[in-house]
Amino acid sequence: MRVELIRRPNPSPLFSAVSPLLALAIMILLGAIMFALLTPKGPDQIVTLQERIQFSSTALYTYFVEPLTEIWSLHELLIKAAPLILIAVGLSVCFLSNNWNIGAEGQFIVGAIAGSIIPIVFPGFGGPLVLPLMLLMGVLGGMAYAAIPAILKARFNTSEILSSLMLVYVAQLFLDWIVRGPWRNPEGFNFPESRSFNADAILPEIVSSSGRAHYGFVFALIAALVMWFLLNKTLKGFEIRVLGQSPRAGRFAGFSYTGTVITTFLIAGGLAGLAGIGEVSGAIGQLRPVISPGYGFTAIIVAFLGRLNPLGIVAAGLVLALSYLGGEAVQMLPGGNISNKVASIFQGFLLFSVLACDTLIHYRIRIALRAGAAG
Amino acid sequence: MTDAAATTAAPQTLLKVEGITKIFGTLKANDAVDFEIAPGEIHALLGENGAGKSTLVKMLFGSLQPDGGIIKWRGAAVRIANPMQARALGIGMVFQHFSLFESLSAAENIALSLDTDVPLSHIAAEAKRVSAEYGLPIHPDRLVGELSVGERQRIEIVRCLLQKPELIILDEPTSVLTPQEADKLFATLDKLRAEGKSILYISHRLEEVQRLCDRATVLRHGRVVAHCVPHEETANSLAAMMVGEDIHNIERTASAIPADGSEPVLVIDGLNQPPTGPFSVPLENIGLQVFPGEVVGIAGIAGNGQSEFFDAISGERPQSSADVIRIRGKGAGRLGPSGRRKLGAAFSPEERLGHGAVPGFSLSQNLLLSRHASDAKAYLGPLGTVRSGALARTLDRIVEALDVRKSGRDPVASSLSGGNLQKLILGREFDRSPALLVANQPTWGVDAGAAARIRQEIIDQARGGAAVLVISQDLDELLEIADRIAVMSDGTLSETVPADTVTRETLGLMMGGAAPEKHHDKRIAEMEAAGEV
Amino acid sequence: MEMTEAILLTIATAATPLLIAALGELVVERSGVLNLGVEGMMIMGAVTGFAVAQMTGSPWMGLLAAIVAGAVFSLLFAFLTLTLATNQVATGLSLTILGLGLSGMIGESFVGRPGLKLQSWEIPGLSDIPLVGRLLFGQDPVFYISIALTAAVWWFVFRTRAGLTLRAVGDSHGSAHALGIRVIRIRYLAVLFGGACAGLAGAHLSLVYTPQWVENMTAGRGWIALALVVFASWLPLRVVAGAYLFGAVTIAQFHAQAQGIAIPSQFLSALPYLATIIVLVLISSNRRMTMRNTPASLGKPFVPER
Repeated sequence: MRVELIRRPNPSPLFSAVSPLLALAIMILLGAIMFALLTPKGPDQIVTLQERIQFSSTALYTYFVEPLTEIWSLHELLIKAAPLILIAVGLSVCFLSNNWNIGAEGQFIVGAIAGSIIPIVFPGFGGPLVLPLMLLMGVLGGMAYAAIPAILKARFNTSEILSSLMLVYVAQLFLDWIVRGPWRNPEGFNFPESRSFNADAILPEIVSSSGRAHYGFVFALIAALVMWFLLNKTLKGFEIRVLGQSPRAGRFAGFSYTGTVITTFLIAGGLAGLAGIGEVSGAIGQLRPVISPGYGFTAIIVAFLGRLNPLGIVAAGLVLALSYLGGEAVQMLPGGNISNKVASIFQGFLLFSVLACDTLIHYRIRIALRAGAAG
Repeated sequence: MTDAAATTAAPQTLLKVEGITKIFGTLKANDAVDFEIAPGEIHALLGENGAGKSTLVKMLFGSLQPDGGIIKWRGAAVRIANPMQARALGIGMVFQHFSLFESLSAAENIALSLDTDVPLSHIAAEAKRVSAEYGLPIHPDRLVGELSVGERQRIEIVRCLLQKPELIILDEPTSVLTPQEADKLFATLDKLRAEGKSILYISHRLEEVQRLCDRATVLRHGRVVAHCVPHEETANSLAAMMVGEDIHNIERTASAIPADGSEPVLVIDGLNQPPTGPFSVPLENIGLQVFPGEVVGIAGIAGNGQSEFFDAISGERPQSSADVIRIRGKGAGRLGPSGRRKLGAAFSPEERLGHGAVPGFSLSQNLLLSRHASDAKAYLGPLGTVRSGALARTLDRIVEALDVRKSGRDPVASSLSGGNLQKLILGREFDRSPALLVANQPTWGVDAGAAARIRQEIIDQARGGAAVLVISQDLDELLEIADRIAVMSDGTLSETVPADTVTRETLGLMMGGAAPEKHHDKRIAEMEAAGEV
Repeated sequence: MEMTEAILLTIATAATPLLIAALGELVVERSGVLNLGVEGMMIMGAVTGFAVAQMTGSPWMGLLAAIVAGAVFSLLFAFLTLTLATNQVATGLSLTILGLGLSGMIGESFVGRPGLKLQSWEIPGLSDIPLVGRLLFGQDPVFYISIALTAAVWWFVFRTRAGLTLRAVGDSHGSAHALGIRVIRIRYLAVLFGGACAGLAGAHLSLVYTPQWVENMTAGRGWIALALVVFASWLPLRVVAGAYLFGAVTIAQFHAQAQGIAIPSQFLSALPYLATIIVLVLISSNRRMTMRNTPASLGKPFVPER
């Protein structure tokens, strides 16, 4: 028995729309099985099938539905979604041009550090200019850090996957050092954290009466719209997409390969940097050794789930933000043996499912029962 | 509908194919095909591009499985599930687009197609023996990536012969050979026939088939339309069978240049270009002028620098000095493709999908590929926004002008057949009425109807005032449409000669005649000595 | 003298997992497949090895289980990229993300538990030779496996018919298919081998290097192994050089920290990652060499015509 792929003459519009939903369904199914396997044992030390189904449904509800039932929780959703969407929009520009920027996590961190220079090193500097300057420096910091793998690829033909990834580890170590060392809070009882930002340096909440969600989410929506327009309606976007699909055709058209490598990395780095400073000044209020639960990597999943379309990415970002919240919620279930890793497992399941379902867009699947033909 | 199979067949039949059908999606590539081959026969499979010849032989070789019909070998029905089984039966294949491994040596390549594990030294010795016996010189230890096209084909043939086949399938073998090399190949094939082996010879070149083949099966649109004896037919009757309708004859009025002293549109002077990689061809001191109103043809078989030459002219590989290439009097050497297009040049590359067009993009989007700089006003709005409406209207115009067949209003480029996509790509350039048109292999892989249309358009563009440069491996095509012809050989360009005074033989000799690889071998040997290879 | 010996010993221990994982990935890439999931397969091997060793009391059982775990995990990648022709870069990444998460969850109950260490094999007599004695003849069993594996991979890829076929598939899967070579099957086998190697490498970390389980204990070694394959131009013997070079860099920073050199520990820890980047730049900027040695069909999906 073998599985055969038959190429469709034209990509299927049905599956283009349905594929992300199908992937979500598969992820939920796999999650249901996982929860069933993790059902805590009762006092009699045996678990029945009924108990498993019961637990699994409760867990799924707690994971996917409960976080949507309260306003404060929806705010938390937007807080988590903002950096995911910002980073993923930038990544979609990169991936569409066949530049595999895996180092967004590092660009996020460097952006956060760069944006934090003013509140930490010049805490006396106040006024309305502080926040815009911080955001700008965050963007520039992320761009500068993303420029490194870009230049290495354009000039030296070095794999951007490996170079950008190595730089993530470097950035994490740098953050760890700076927060424990030169930027450690002098009034902080020796905790490994920077001083708290003063009020002028905090990104304000959108609707502070109902929750903590800050303007980062607004930036994310704006970025998604702008990038959607760029990619689909302008010549620049055309250039990016041509070079990603057929580099030779891009050359034929007179488009610059190296120019696009640098441009796309700068866009992604800038957006990741903005996400970084947004998270630090909006959600955390200071620098700490760990400021991201892996946003830079989860954003890759968001990008694919959103089919590399900035508008789809907004929806996908909300879904993955939900997966973080669900992961936190589900740890508090009675029985209490669900690991805090469950979110990243769901995310991994989701990416696999998205990739598998995307195959259906370009190919029909045929299960052949006869053996023999070469493959 | 088939003619009755020749009843004067040999006493036994080697291969008999009955009712073979193959369907891809909605396309019937082969529809109830019947034919047979006797031992010691050279049998031609005739048909134009897209008739289904390659599909049919892939099933004989086991690479594809038929959806219906029977294959009989020596009278017994067989199922050829994979190439190994085909080889075991005694069927060998020499592919049109060679299936060789560039990073492995010739001997290693040969070893991979033998089904038993024979030590490499043994294979090298056997290969040398066969190559001497049949007059097919090869270097067993060189990496295939370094070898010329002619030698690669010889390796394919030697590889096939080492398996001791009874039936050898050759798919368009002379498309990569000079006329003199083709003669040597025919001598080899005669020898094989005398030994009692059979050959299935796929071609769309009628004179060859008439010269070489005993019987022929003619395919059109996947069906057998005739069985015949080629040398009892005329070229015209064979062509009519292949195409089934009158091919519009090319009308060519004499070119009226450059009597009024007009300036050349394209001037190339001292073009040199180093190789781009270990296996590419350097260009040496190329000089050429093309005047408005004429078609200049560049002849030469693949691998002599045509792609490199095209890249140099199109600006994909710009030069370091502006005056090496002048378009309409302006130094264009340092400009990229967009800059050259703004000067009035238009380009059509050899490869359609991946170079001339993006396979996954719609047709209207593909128009933007070569028109965004030269026609920015028409297709781009403020902030660089794309005017899809204008593109759609242009698409309709081109589709109508060249009769491009497609499914739907604006499908993706990969859904078009080769001929239709080529019409679109050329039509995209014709639509601009360019001052200079450079086309590389404009009718490669294109069916006869579309090819005739394209050739007529090229002539019409020239007569309308454009300067046209056509690079083509098809000598007959150049003799048909060009006013002057030059030959590209190993990165150098000959002087041009008027097309009406030159013959295929003369051109063949200019291409290096019987030893076109002399320069290539010399260059590889120099690289080896310098430790670069 | 003892110090030098101690340093050399630890270089070998640091290099071994890199060497094994890189050899596995070399075979995979030679077949034309790019598997970025090495980090994920390695960490799954580490946690499985540790867990099984704890449960059975035998580090050898742990080692075996880790090999199987790496291979089974790689099957997921193989099914998606080879049968469903998904994008290899994205699929490899998802394997790593899933692996890190899954291993974290499995390993939770094992954090802090003292590990079982795989005992070194001291070859009597030979291991008493000064300086090189213990280095060559007194190492843990996985070290010896890594040396044998290097020789085996070299011999297989360059001296056997099957290895020739592997290289052909990596050069041009279209030509290979036309000749009747079973491209997908060969790639499945290559990927499984790569997974087994990555699993073994991971087990070395949790059963020899630091015999305990710590979340994310691979710390990017899987990625460094990928870089090593490029650095070695897909040649097994050069992989050894690269692995030991990196082992040396890793150890240098440990010893520097131990000596109390006045550089912040984070900077020293960053050395292996920075070294990886530098090495990659040096190798890839030589375009000529890159073009000649890179398997031409690397990373391209293959869907046979039917």
